[in-house]
Amino acid sequence: MFSTTFEEYTEYSNLNLFFTMLPVIARDHSALTPKQTSEKEIISREQGDSKASGASEVILYKIDVPANRYDLLCLEGLVRGLQVFRNKIEAPRYRRVSPASGELQRLVITKETEAVRPHAVAAVLRNITFTQDRYDSFIELQEKLHQNICRKRSLVAIGTHDLDTISGPFTYTAKPPGDICFKPLNQTKEYTATQLMSLYKTDSHLRHYLHIIEDKPVYPIIYDSNGIVLSMPPIINGDHSKISLKTKNVFIECTATDLTKAKIVLDMMVTMFSGYCSQPFTKEQLSSDFINRKVGISESTDRIAQLLTRMCLRSQPTGACDNIEVEIPPTRPDVIHACDIMEDAAMAYGFNNITRTTPRAYTIANQFPLNKLTELLRQDLAAAGFTEALNFALCSQEDIADKLGKKISETRAVHISNPKTAEFQVARTTLLPGLLKTVAANRKMPLPMKLFEISDVVLKDETKDVGVRNSRRLCAIYYNKSPGFEVIHGLLDRTMQLLEVKPGQGDGYHIQASDDCTFFPGRCAEIIVHGKSVGRLGVLHPDVINRFELTMPCSALEIDIEPFL
Amino acid sequence: MADTGVAETLLRRLEKADDGVDSVEVSGSLGVDHQLVVGAVKSLQALGDIISAELRSSKHWELTGEGKEIAEQGSHEARVFSSVPAEGLAQTELMKLAFGKVGFSKAMSNKWIRVDKAHEGGPRIFKAVCIESIEDQVREKLLLVQKGQASQLEEKEKNELKKRKLLSEVTVKSYWITKGDSFSTTITKQETELTPEMIASGSWKEKKFKPYNFEAMGVAPDCGHLHPLMKVRTQFRQIFLEMGFTEMPTNNFIESSFWNFDSLFQPQQHPARDQHDTFFLSDPALAHQFPQDYLERVRKVHSEGGYGSQGYKYDWKIEEAQKNILRTHTTAVSARMLYKLAQQKFTPVRYFSIDRVFRNETLDATHLAEFHQIEGVVADYGLTLGDLMGVLHQFFTKLGITKLRFKPAYNPYTEPSMEVFSYHEGLKKWVEVGNSGVFRPEMLLPMGLPEDVSVIAWGLSLERPTMIKYGINNIRELVGHKVNLQMVYDSPICRLDS
Repeated sequence: MFSTTFEEYTEYSNLNLFFTMLPVIARDHSALTPKQTSEKEIISREQGDSKASGASEVILYKIDVPANRYDLLCLEGLVRGLQVFRNKIEAPRYRRVSPASGELQRLVITKETEAVRPHAVAAVLRNITFTQDRYDSFIELQEKLHQNICRKRSLVAIGTHDLDTISGPFTYTAKPPGDICFKPLNQTKEYTATQLMSLYKTDSHLRHYLHIIEDKPVYPIIYDSNGIVLSMPPIINGDHSKISLKTKNVFIECTATDLTKAKIVLDMMVTMFSGYCSQPFTKEQLSSDFINRKVGISESTDRIAQLLTRMCLRSQPTGACDNIEVEIPPTRPDVIHACDIMEDAAMAYGFNNITRTTPRAYTIANQFPLNKLTELLRQDLAAAGFTEALNFALCSQEDIADKLGKKISETRAVHISNPKTAEFQVARTTLLPGLLKTVAANRKMPLPMKLFEISDVVLKDETKDVGVRNSRRLCAIYYNKSPGFEVIHGLLDRTMQLLEVKPGQGDGYHIQASDDCTFFPGRCAEIIVHGKSVGRLGVLHPDVINRFELTMPCSALEIDIEPFL
Repeated sequence: MADTGVAETLLRRLEKADDGVDSVEVSGSLGVDHQLVVGAVKSLQALGDIISAELRSSKHWELTGEGKEIAEQGSHEARVFSSVPAEGLAQTELMKLAFGKVGFSKAMSNKWIRVDKAHEGGPRIFKAVCIESIEDQVREKLLLVQKGQASQLEEKEKNELKKRKLLSEVTVKSYWITKGDSFSTTITKQETELTPEMIASGSWKEKKFKPYNFEAMGVAPDCGHLHPLMKVRTQFRQIFLEMGFTEMPTNNFIESSFWNFDSLFQPQQHPARDQHDTFFLSDPALAHQFPQDYLERVRKVHSEGGYGSQGYKYDWKIEEAQKNILRTHTTAVSARMLYKLAQQKFTPVRYFSIDRVFRNETLDATHLAEFHQIEGVVADYGLTLGDLMGVLHQFFTKLGITKLRFKPAYNPYTEPSMEVFSYHEGLKKWVEVGNSGVFRPEMLLPMGLPEDVSVIAWGLSLERPTMIKYGINNIRELVGHKVNLQMVYDSPICRLDS
């Protein structure tokens, strides 16, 4: 629990300066690469030129912010970062202040919340003067944090309230939905939580958050000392305590399933809109030598301290050896290791100013034997007149089972739990369907079509740590007015010749009649190499041909090439 | 050489001519179709320098079918005039004649005839009172054209006749034929191809051979083709091998979340671990085997920190790590390899892989649910950020890319992280070509690697450079069954540095 005082901003008066500086800054401050656009351009791109006429042509800068830099998500933080980098202002120090009355606000967390959303932290911003711009920025930062680090409110939800309309101490508890009743934000009457959930089912914005608590026996709820509802996180605030442009003192609460993230989010909300906060600085010590060694530069300890200070990490040489003491402000939760400080030094130095060097160690390259074999075979299959296809490893159950006349249970296929479409239901267990689909998509091409693919299929295998293994296959098909079994058989003979396996029983290879629903009865053979089956070849069953929307006879071959390593 | 007769006649005429002959005139005087003469010219040209022929085109006026009829029988109006007897003709009768309608109105406007509308038995036509005979100018003009004296007519007159569809202007292409350097009136038959008999008998020495048409295309060879994406993959493999990188065994599409995320210090609430981004398995849903002590160190660094790190401070769950997924990057294999390396006495290594990865993403013209990731990893004592940029410079130089810039980025398992940009000469701007970084100590130290060992790595997709290289805009034309096989047949060899 801590409260804060608002520091009057100077940044706003410098807005114009900020924008004229940006392109210049981009040259040496490579973290920020602004892209120019305008409201007009955006509307014209998204809704067409006609809608865009009359829209503002003032240049907007789009800035890419790294996903771990929540402190750059709002204009306030970004301006401050740039000002410090340009040596225009000093990196701010944040500290907590007590309210004039001396008494801190309190938020009491009851144990009922454990069943649904166990953590909450809160803070107060005092003596704020909102302007429309600041108010918008405040709301926007809240929304960006919700979408980002808060993982769409599932990890953390932020509620902001006009402190002067409520009175502490506050209670964070959880109650059955039927027992909760209040007037939610921007509604005119009271609803129970159960009614609210059905009310918001159709709300384009709020409906995305309902699932977070919907199935829980109790819903989280925050009351003030008079029993007024502040909010029902993570869904909606109460109407009573809503903030407006006139709000002077803001009560911010963050409820969460992850306490670390809740603290980060609260720190962001507070530090971005104040100059002071409670958390003492974390101080880290590291040596300039560490930074020089990791980055590959040789700068003095003083210079490195300067580089870090420009990145809002106030640093000073300690005087002892080459040590530097670095203050980590609460705005920088991404700094969790010395390497994070090293990165800031490298960024301030400018990645593109670092001399490019070459690692000196001498290493001997080796190919992965299975890939080496694959590369060599591919060359010779193409030389044998077959064209290489490249198909997806994911497909539908139908492709590897029904269409081939097999049952999915016979396939050893792994199943995907969250496919967006049927194309991604399973990983393929055979290369054949992909080649048949390639032919179907290229029916306009002249006949015969001779295709091959050497790729991995995926099979369940209990002996592996994940219960699955890949298997490298060679598959080839011949599609023409006549089945051309002899062509595919000839390709097998050629492949065996390339792999130095002689025809014959026992030590060599031979084929023997076999039954397989994918093939035409009496036109399928098992390929036996060194006494073990490595695959099949034959003329495809007319039903299979039909199911792949083909019209001509087709013969095919598929073998496992791993036994030839 | 359909008709050697025409060709020989042509040559004899040419022999007698002083300067040359015109093909149209020859066809006229021989009484054969002009095309036959043109054929003879072409075949003589093919024999070498016997004749030379210059293509000329001329325009001239010709009578149409109707024009010829008029030249013969007189204009419609003249025929109307002459068919009206002294006692007159019923208009209905006149209209029955073939030339009646057109002739009537023209004759009327020439005032050659008059109509008595009040005549009993319907309107009747009489010759105009004052006219005894008429001058049929139309016919005379047409006769002039027929005699080849069109030049005597004025342009205006010709155009008027053209409008009446009696004349048409035709372009005639003819050859002006002159003697060539090796002119002769006799033609020797040319051989088309060299035969074994000619070689055996030596008769080829006396024979003349018909010249080849070098303008024509050859016959396409009957051959197989490698897939363009795989051709590019072969080149990238080659580059890594040239640079001393050993290939990693990436033939395991299914990974546990542990190796894909946790071992890389990617927190369990990271968005990449969402259902929206990653394919999870329902069968087999969980991995069942982990190096237990390493797993414990990973749990600890995530939840409590260690190795100089504060960690992410959250409740790390084994249930989350066990979940089987389709790997989202080959870095999962790099993690396995680095862990394996840490279990031996450390020696510097360079690793690479190029293989499939899977993302449960929204698909569009450049994104598929699966693509090939190219990855390079170097582990050594004391590697610097400068070393990473140096290796990248060498790597991209082999791709023909020399202008590189680096931009800070964020990646949970590398720090620093850098996006790699190259200057695209065609697009005239900097485009992102890859991602790179230095693996975090929180990833490497729990594996058991020595503290002073750094590991640098980078990655890029195989599809993007291939699409740029082969000018393909829709990824589905390149990868998957909707591939355009013609594109595969026609794709050139792949040299990435040119």
